[in-house]
Amino acid sequence: MNALTGYLRQSGTAIRFLFLATLVLGLAYPAAVFGIGQLIAPYQVNGSIIRDSAGAPAASALIAQVKNDGGTQDPAWFHARPSAVGWDPASSSASNLGPNDPKLTDAVNANRAAVAGAEGVQPSDVPADAVTASASGLDPGISPAYARLQIPRVAAAHQLAPDVVQALVDKNTSSGLEAFLGQPTVNVTALNLDVAAAGSPRS
Amino acid sequence: MVFNTPSFLIQVAALVVALAAVHKPLGLYLARVFEGTASSRPERLFYRLTGVDAGSEQTWPAYLRSVLVFSAVSILAVFALQRAQGLFPGGPALPGVDPWVAMNTAISFVTNTNWQAYNPESTVGVAVQMLLLAVQNFLSAAVGIVVAVALIRGIARTRTDMLGNFWVDLARTSFRVLLPLATLAALVMVLGGVVQNFAPTDVTNSAAGVSQVIPGGPVASQEAIKVLGTNGGGYFNANSAHPFENPSALVSLFQVFLILLIPSALPYAFGRMVGDQKQGHTVAAVMATLWLASTALTGWAMATAQGTATAAAGGLGEGFESRFGPAPSAIFAASTTLTSTGAANVAHDSLPPLAGGVAMVNMMLGEVAPGGTGSGLYGLLILSIISVFIGGLMVGRTPEYLGKKIGPTQMKLAALYILVTPLLVLTLAGITVLLPDAMANAPATGPHQFSEVLYAFTSGANNNGSAFGGITTSGPYLSSTMDVAMLLGRFLPIVLVLALAGSLARQAKIPASTGTVPTHGALFGTLLLGVTVILTALSYFPALALGPLAEGLLK
Repeated sequence: MNALTGYLRQSGTAIRFLFLATLVLGLAYPAAVFGIGQLIAPYQVNGSIIRDSAGAPAASALIAQVKNDGGTQDPAWFHARPSAVGWDPASSSASNLGPNDPKLTDAVNANRAAVAGAEGVQPSDVPADAVTASASGLDPGISPAYARLQIPRVAAAHQLAPDVVQALVDKNTSSGLEAFLGQPTVNVTALNLDVAAAGSPRS
Repeated sequence: MVFNTPSFLIQVAALVVALAAVHKPLGLYLARVFEGTASSRPERLFYRLTGVDAGSEQTWPAYLRSVLVFSAVSILAVFALQRAQGLFPGGPALPGVDPWVAMNTAISFVTNTNWQAYNPESTVGVAVQMLLLAVQNFLSAAVGIVVAVALIRGIARTRTDMLGNFWVDLARTSFRVLLPLATLAALVMVLGGVVQNFAPTDVTNSAAGVSQVIPGGPVASQEAIKVLGTNGGGYFNANSAHPFENPSALVSLFQVFLILLIPSALPYAFGRMVGDQKQGHTVAAVMATLWLASTALTGWAMATAQGTATAAAGGLGEGFESRFGPAPSAIFAASTTLTSTGAANVAHDSLPPLAGGVAMVNMMLGEVAPGGTGSGLYGLLILSIISVFIGGLMVGRTPEYLGKKIGPTQMKLAALYILVTPLLVLTLAGITVLLPDAMANAPATGPHQFSEVLYAFTSGANNNGSAFGGITTSGPYLSSTMDVAMLLGRFLPIVLVLALAGSLARQAKIPASTGTVPTHGALFGTLLLGVTVILTALSYFPALALGPLAEGLLK
């Protein structure tokens, strides 16, 4: 009986503790981070939203932006890496296929053939990031090598000189500390918005 | 993607330097928090409202009862409120969570595992994330820390039954340690690009003809405690690979720092509280050595880029985020599995076989380098006691640890502690591979399929939470066996640790004599290191041989 009342008393304490801790840790804490965040970093806390020339929200600089046409990407624009979730920001996932999985080998080979065909290059020239799905499925970055492959196609589609497009690629390539800690990447989402501002696609 | 060795080495060195710089001030602060008796005014109000007598202390059974009752209440609350999610105001209308998944998630977050059988984006709304899951990120981390503190007190105190007051320890850890650190960390993350809002944003790129709904949520606040509390449950399914959780390689490095921060400061607090700083240094040195060795091994295994599919792709890439690449992913994967974190900035399932194998070994070591918040320290202290016993046998001396006799009672508790997790992992994985229906949830073939199952139970029983994500554990069999792994893997060791703490506190202190095996210095550190590695290797080697080793040696 003593043990039972002991447990009951402890349960009451536990419930009150959990409730009050939730007010502090579950409400006040995130609200404070939100409030201070809005003051010190309004762009970041709201999702790094890039606006178009009219001031309307056009994309998040951190999230791949792809018009998913049955798994293929629009040939007028720079392509993001393959995605296990169809580039849908409402979800996020890797393929979770093992390094020896034949399904992965098939997918990689199919991707390689598709990229080589789209860019008019040898399959062996296609870099690894172009044929492999990212961990999030929303990776906005590609390697500079993969961006280089795409420049002629995008330049032609937008009636831009390849040098102009190359300059936009360079502008959107990470550098310095970030590129050293990770690796140099080209932000496709921001790059495509710059391309759109530089020239409209040939219809 | 190419493994950048200079970048890898510099980041490892930067972490060591940064942690070496902060472990002493943070350790001193932790010791002060747990040795202090005064309560602040808000704390006194908190104790009055919760009905806690802050002046009283508890015996080990009472302390344990509080741990268990608090955890049970938390599991029930998190379960019930997930089921009732549809009734919560605000946010997108999501139905109540499936009962198997809700129970798995409740147990997973309360045990500091943060295994995610659910898909966050489609299953849980802002209210569940913020009020239930993030709160447990704080409290489950705090529970681990206070159990370690109780063990330290057991070692430090003499001739007493009292180990402290669980509720006071829990409140102090939550409000004096975790909350201020998490707030700072969250603000740094916000500056680094992590999202913190409460609504999605509609965006339209009219030139390309794409409209998207960019998700929102209190991500930074949850992310900060997710890593700081070695929890690991992501706001999004892709966890620390999601651009909104981990937007840059710099933030990724900061996350690893936060993962290692508290576990690597606790040994200093330990040394302080037992009044012998050399003890803390030795424990910290063993943790650091294991961390360095394992991180280097992960880096090497990553750089091999083994695998037929990887070769077909022309190198690493599958499951990697381009802004990180292999070097930061290796550092993250090692640190997240050497602690009880389980967050991931790379898809572990797609790692080269031996890199995935090292991640498993890290967890099998018992997550002691530096380990989960609190659990890493008490794990290594148990291993220290076993090392003292073995060392004592070798030289024919009575084993004692910091002036406490290690008798049959203490050895039984320590030995049981070491047996719990391997027994859980190997039994549950062994039963599961015999069940074709269960194995159908692991879609891989050959040794990799076994690896997916072995990884799951290793992660569950060690309260890690990372996964070979190909496996689906939302069904009744796997979700409930994972429940068993997580619950017993968390609370059986805690029972044993607190019983040990109680038995040590009761003893008088034996003055050190010429017959005492010193438990500090390079000799003891090496012994401890050897015991840690050998116990793991003996328990798990056959299972590892069937999974990652078989796959790694195939080609």
